[in-house]
Amino acid sequence: MKSRKLLLEHLDVPGIQGIETYVKQGGYTTLEKALKKMSPDEVVEEVKKSGLRGRGGAGFPTGLKWSFLAKPEGIPRYLVCNADESEPGTFKDRYLMEKIPHLLVEGMILSSYALGANTSYIYIRGEFMYVLEILQKAIQEAYAKGYLGKNIFGSGFDHDLVVTPGGGAYICGEETALLESLEGKRGNPRIKPPFPAVKGLWASPTVVNNVESIAAVVPIIRDGGDAYASIGIGKSTGTKLISACGNLARPGVYEIELGLSVEEFIYGDDYCRGIANGKKLKACVPGGSSVPILPHFLVTKTAAGENRLMTYESLADGGFQSGSMLGSGGFIVFDEDQCIVRNTWNFTRFYAHESCGQCSPCREGTGWMEKVLHRLETGKGQMHDIDLLADINKKIEGNTICPLGDAAAWPVAAAIRHFREEFEWHVTHPEEAQKRNYGLIQQPVVA
Amino acid sequence: MVKVTIDGIEVSVEPGTTILNAARQIGGDAVPPAMCYYSKLPGTGGKCRTCLVEVAAGSAADPRPMPKLVASCSTPVQDGMVVNNKTSERVHNNRGGVVEFLLANHPLDCPICDQAGECHLQDLGYEHGSAKTRYEEERRTFDPIDIGNKIKLHMNRCILCYRCVFVANQLTDQRVHGVMHRGEHAEISTYIEKAVENDFSGNMIDVCPVGALTDRTFRFKSRVWFLKPMEAERSCTKCCGKAVVWMFGNEIYRITARKDKYGEVEEIDQKTAWLCNDCRFEKKDAADWNILGPRVINRQSVISQGKYATTIDKPVKRIG
Repeated sequence: MKSRKLLLEHLDVPGIQGIETYVKQGGYTTLEKALKKMSPDEVVEEVKKSGLRGRGGAGFPTGLKWSFLAKPEGIPRYLVCNADESEPGTFKDRYLMEKIPHLLVEGMILSSYALGANTSYIYIRGEFMYVLEILQKAIQEAYAKGYLGKNIFGSGFDHDLVVTPGGGAYICGEETALLESLEGKRGNPRIKPPFPAVKGLWASPTVVNNVESIAAVVPIIRDGGDAYASIGIGKSTGTKLISACGNLARPGVYEIELGLSVEEFIYGDDYCRGIANGKKLKACVPGGSSVPILPHFLVTKTAAGENRLMTYESLADGGFQSGSMLGSGGFIVFDEDQCIVRNTWNFTRFYAHESCGQCSPCREGTGWMEKVLHRLETGKGQMHDIDLLADINKKIEGNTICPLGDAAAWPVAAAIRHFREEFEWHVTHPEEAQKRNYGLIQQPVVA
Repeated sequence: MVKVTIDGIEVSVEPGTTILNAARQIGGDAVPPAMCYYSKLPGTGGKCRTCLVEVAAGSAADPRPMPKLVASCSTPVQDGMVVNNKTSERVHNNRGGVVEFLLANHPLDCPICDQAGECHLQDLGYEHGSAKTRYEEERRTFDPIDIGNKIKLHMNRCILCYRCVFVANQLTDQRVHGVMHRGEHAEISTYIEKAVENDFSGNMIDVCPVGALTDRTFRFKSRVWFLKPMEAERSCTKCCGKAVVWMFGNEIYRITARKDKYGEVEEIDQKTAWLCNDCRFEKKDAADWNILGPRVINRQSVISQGKYATTIDKPVKRIG
């Protein structure tokens, strides 16, 4: 089964980066239609109908988020696009911006019209300087065509779009840290409340959306919210970009219809074509490094024995006991030769490095976990370290200012939950653990 | 006015009051500890996470409990909110966790630390800490640095409450220090160890909850509990001139602002009684001051165990 493509439909058209080709493929007609024929509230209504959920990881309904925006008189409102994509394993936004920059630009203008924002910002990860140049060129082209600036399509709607690079911190992908950074301050997450919808950028009401969410607004308005909602299953509607990486025969960015089975995504000919080099699947992190890892017997089937699907609900089936999350769509696959302890240490090292250091559980806890995991991985761990790790991440989870603490705690908790015997093997066989990997863990016998 | 119940005690407060300030109106055991929040410095709070409380009912209109523990210093009360602080096992456990994190990299050099006896981290550790550390790693260390000729910074002891940064932002015209680096490596520092030169920089010593910022004119002179705190005043053109002088015999060893039971500088005539550096560091002669009488120290800490009046009427008890 091939998935319909809404975002990457014209990916293979030569010159789609430029505005001429993009317009030839029907680009900016959706914007024209919305500005001429629809009121801002009608645009919001279509997005609500579409059931679009935030593509940055949390999966909060975008239309609902837009409707929370405070609209006090005389105060400007802002739309900010979160393009600070830095989660290990996630690289879908970069791909989209690099290949079809005008889709994001059109989505930004369209969404800003719906929200009544006359200025919007794309906050792009500092390491993506070449993508920033691509976007800036696209924005200049859009200004030249009159799609940006004053009185767009004669509708009386003025809009300016600014693209700003970050300084190279994962934490600036957290929406309030992003706003601080955009204001030129140290990127520390803000204490909430107040939420950005009330007091965001420059203390004005602000909506922060992921690149993919904003891009998806274009096909939603083009085809109508109901048409978008007809794709997918239940509350997981539309298409989703999945960045697949790890030990796959064909890794890469795929646009899938939500509801595709995980089995088909990993093994299907149209998708990843199985595990590389004929190896066996050992584990999978389905939604970016911060979501819980799943052992091989829980990847394609849920604990209840149902087929696992690429939807927000199905991947979360079983809660954290036997499920995970769709997250940002960073699909990381491990084969039988990979070491889970090493991988967990690697993830934790990332979070310890990226913690902003503002609140104590995350600042001290991530560093502590990193050191304990490093000891376990290098054969200097003890049995009680495993319980210690489990306890530390319980003390971090939910007690921090922003979700980075949770993001650091979940992968460790899940790795210990599902791969405890591998951690124990590292303690009991410290020398062997340096030489070879543990291999597959045994599937528990279901009574 | 809105009604909020904390640990079973109901109190009416102004709308917009935080849970912590509502608890302070009740007083006693209902008050969560606060290491970073400082009521006199707008913008502080939310960082240390020691004041986490459980919200058992969000409001009368929406009585669902909040799923996560919330920072009481930065969460405003709602009418009909029910909060559990000391009565919640979950709060007790997680607060213990936070204290463990705060102490993880702390050097525990209390025997040579000037803050010992009036340190909030000591009090917190006494109440919520465990007897043994589970932290087996090498502790992170920094070299102590001088911030000007009056203030010493021991970054090893710092818990990164950011209070001193707020003092610098709000009391002085040019802030030259702040937080550098991030995560575990974050540190309070002056840019290229530039000295902090302004008349009110000494107040960062008073707001520091631990021994990270200490008074160089008093370092290693005496343990604080050997000194007699006396209320004193002098006429000063820069500040209010109302202070506490800490004496041994007839000699003044150190001078601090007047602090309340939460360790915060008191308000006198509706103004926070910050001290200028002249009063704090230069006027160490008893003749400079008009000494008014003994100062009551209202804190449940070693510092209030001296000969002067204290308010401890029962032994500090440990729960859990």
